[in-house]
Amino acid sequence: MTQTPDLAAEIVLSVQDLKTEVATPDGAKTVVDGLSFDLRRGETLCIAGESGSGKSMTALSIMRLLPEPMARVASGSVRLGGRDLCQLGETEMCAIRGGDIAMIFQEPMTSLNPVLTIGRQLREAIFVHQDVSRREAEKRALETLEAVRLSEPKRRLKQYPHELSGGMRQRVMIAMALACNPKVLIADEPTTALDVTIQAQILQLIRDLQRDFGTAVILITHDMGVVAEMADRVVVMNQGKIVEHGAVSEVFERPKDAYTRELLDAVPKLGAMTGQDAVISAAGAGPEPVLEVKDLTVRFDLRGGILDRVVSRVHAVEGVSFSLRAGETLGLVGESGCGKSTIGKALMNLVPWEGSIRVAGRPIPHGRGEADRLFRRDLQMIFQDPYASLDPRMRVGDLVGEPLVIHGLAKGRELRDRVASLFERVGLTPDQMDRHPHEFSGGQRQRICIARALALSPKAIIADESVSALDVSVQAQVLDLLQELQKELDLSFLFISHDMAVVEQVSHRVAVMYLGQIVEVGTRRQVFENPRHPYTQRLMEAVPIPDPARRRDVFKVPIGDIPSPVRALGESVERVRYVDVGDRHLVAEPA
Amino acid sequence: MVSYVIRRLLQSALILLGVSLVTFILLYLIPADPARQIAGRSATAQTVENIREQLGLNLPFYEQYVRYLLNLLQGDLGRSYLQKTEVSELIAARLPATLLLMAGAIFCELLIGLTMGLVAALKRNTPTDTTLMVLSFTGVSSPQFVIGILLLYVFAVQLGWFPIGGYGTFMHLVLPSLTLGLLGAGWYARMMRSAMLDVLRQDFIRTARAKGLKRVQVLFGHAVPNALLPIIAMIGIDIGLFMSGIVVVESVFGWPGIGQLAWQAIQRVDIPIIMGVTLVSACAIVLGNFLADMVAPLIDPRIKLR
Repeated sequence: MTQTPDLAAEIVLSVQDLKTEVATPDGAKTVVDGLSFDLRRGETLCIAGESGSGKSMTALSIMRLLPEPMARVASGSVRLGGRDLCQLGETEMCAIRGGDIAMIFQEPMTSLNPVLTIGRQLREAIFVHQDVSRREAEKRALETLEAVRLSEPKRRLKQYPHELSGGMRQRVMIAMALACNPKVLIADEPTTALDVTIQAQILQLIRDLQRDFGTAVILITHDMGVVAEMADRVVVMNQGKIVEHGAVSEVFERPKDAYTRELLDAVPKLGAMTGQDAVISAAGAGPEPVLEVKDLTVRFDLRGGILDRVVSRVHAVEGVSFSLRAGETLGLVGESGCGKSTIGKALMNLVPWEGSIRVAGRPIPHGRGEADRLFRRDLQMIFQDPYASLDPRMRVGDLVGEPLVIHGLAKGRELRDRVASLFERVGLTPDQMDRHPHEFSGGQRQRICIARALALSPKAIIADESVSALDVSVQAQVLDLLQELQKELDLSFLFISHDMAVVEQVSHRVAVMYLGQIVEVGTRRQVFENPRHPYTQRLMEAVPIPDPARRRDVFKVPIGDIPSPVRALGESVERVRYVDVGDRHLVAEPA
Repeated sequence: MVSYVIRRLLQSALILLGVSLVTFILLYLIPADPARQIAGRSATAQTVENIREQLGLNLPFYEQYVRYLLNLLQGDLGRSYLQKTEVSELIAARLPATLLLMAGAIFCELLIGLTMGLVAALKRNTPTDTTLMVLSFTGVSSPQFVIGILLLYVFAVQLGWFPIGGYGTFMHLVLPSLTLGLLGAGWYARMMRSAMLDVLRQDFIRTARAKGLKRVQVLFGHAVPNALLPIIAMIGIDIGLFMSGIVVVESVFGWPGIGQLAWQAIQRVDIPIIMGVTLVSACAIVLGNFLADMVAPLIDPRIKLR
């Protein structure tokens, strides 16, 4: 897989000087600027770049799926088998789309029509390009589902998209794309919305199908790990232009362009911290933990029947215990649905919970009220989506100052001064206080969220996927800021994330969650250098490594999804028992 | 599913009970004396008192209400004070005409509204779009008696295409249905437009286009079914809006339905008829919403009735 691209292979797609413009109130803006590349049969070309680099626009331009008339191809050519796609009419283009060039998208959850069955949507893709009977189309649909290794393919044909998980839906998307044996497959961030083990499955699938059918693949991604695992050649884009273009090993080992070097440096690499002890620098770290959670359990009722009684429960969190010392970061990792975010919500009293939570030695009361409000000063939260977690109609200064007002800690002149110093603390300027959230970039908004969380001088901050929505370069800056704040203020972090590399970079200790329980917990070195639980090993194995020299030929991951945490009434979840494998490195006993 | 239907039926019974109570209270409180109406202006105080006793109007409020409910449970809506006929018979005789009018109106508003909305969405931000939206706004904001009289004047009096009023043939149905439906058509046009614009932005529309489907296939195979989801729920609510319109439209066109019956009864304080028509209307509204909720999962598989 890592061999140099076969230069003798036939060129299937040739893009020359492609220029795409988007109409804005200030006139046309060029989002893809003079893009040129060739794609050979059977090769994988990765287009890498951060948000706004024009990589998705490139894909839509090739497919002629741009949201016209707002966006249009201004000049250049896209040649496929002697024809220039930019010159074709809509009818001719319809024959190309799905027939010669197929595409899969980032969001498997929204990319399938919710009111049509999987079978209907697959058959449709076949009927468009092939003159076959309904029965044959049905047979072909079933074959493609088998080809993408979807479990129970016969039953899936009759199911609707909402009955399938994200990974399964992405398999359906791939099946649909491959139904007519296209020459080119464009995959736009195909695994970004998926968990890492599912991502490994999908990447493996794309590789296998490519080998079997000789399809040329354009893989668009922001994830340099995925690039290193998949690409034969790489195109790095920045602000609509190609800044680097070459074989994958060259680009990673000897990047010529400054932007590429920065991008590669910013990428968190799993295993980068190997051999380094995580030292807690808190000067005043006493023996008393800042946050102590014992037997935390969160269950959600599912109702049904005539009287709307509880018929089953989601066991989101089952008997989780951990503690957090001053100045310490505990990384909480796991895949979607494992309960890691629910723990954060329980700590903030946003969901009903059982068990005991102590902050600085005092137990948190259940429910809301005056007593609960006092705890909010010690425990604050930064959420995942900096775009959605700021009220768009409030000034950012008011947003940051609001906690101080609610708790009656400052007003007037003093309030403004304190907010101003918070702004400076997180790397913003006080004159930005009177602006509204939409005037800020994602990274700046996350800084505003951090300033808001800091307003009450908390002892601990829960960071729930707080850097996941950010580009790697911005992500690195925000992570640096969090670590600085920790050193300076002896802050403790509960760092909830699905990203193993980021967790490794910031955590002193790490807890791995699976199906509502912690299956392994220990120091960073214990968990990352010596993972003992099979699930932890599986997670680590699935993470793509941003180094083509360490590319794996086969991802060793079992196929399938994580089991459901929904249980019937009365059915209890067996609590795991821990074995200490040395120096407080706790691992769940295999069931 | 079965448990859902049972629960909904129980809820419906409670709603009807509430409607009957509120209507009964309102009619009890109005400063008109049905006994005096029945007896006529020249009747003696004694006659009026006799009639009052005969009808049970002298009883305390709760006793009157309980009596009414007990009769209602046996399917007895009482007798009209003035026409001396069973209320149920009066309503039964006029209900088919009203149902026919409503069916015609729903057809008109869906046909006109959905088409306008669809075209407006596809021609977004063009003069066509603006014109259609101005028209829909006119439809929404014009009183029905104005639309009715206008249509009557132009198409029946001036052009002579349709009969001026009455009931019986398809031609009789057109203008009343149109009058009753135009208001809703305006709403549906706006709803359909925004629903379509919303759906056309969705990822699965891009997927459908990426498959190589033609524009028409994408539109009617993928976009429209999704855009119809909010419309279905709206039709259920609509039946309630119709009830007020029906009184006006039936009067303008001399349509022999329950709207006219109600109008005459209100003028003469014929309480049993008013109660009966109100309850039948309430039933229609409850039933309409119920049907809309039952149809929704057939169109949207994500909706589960439980």
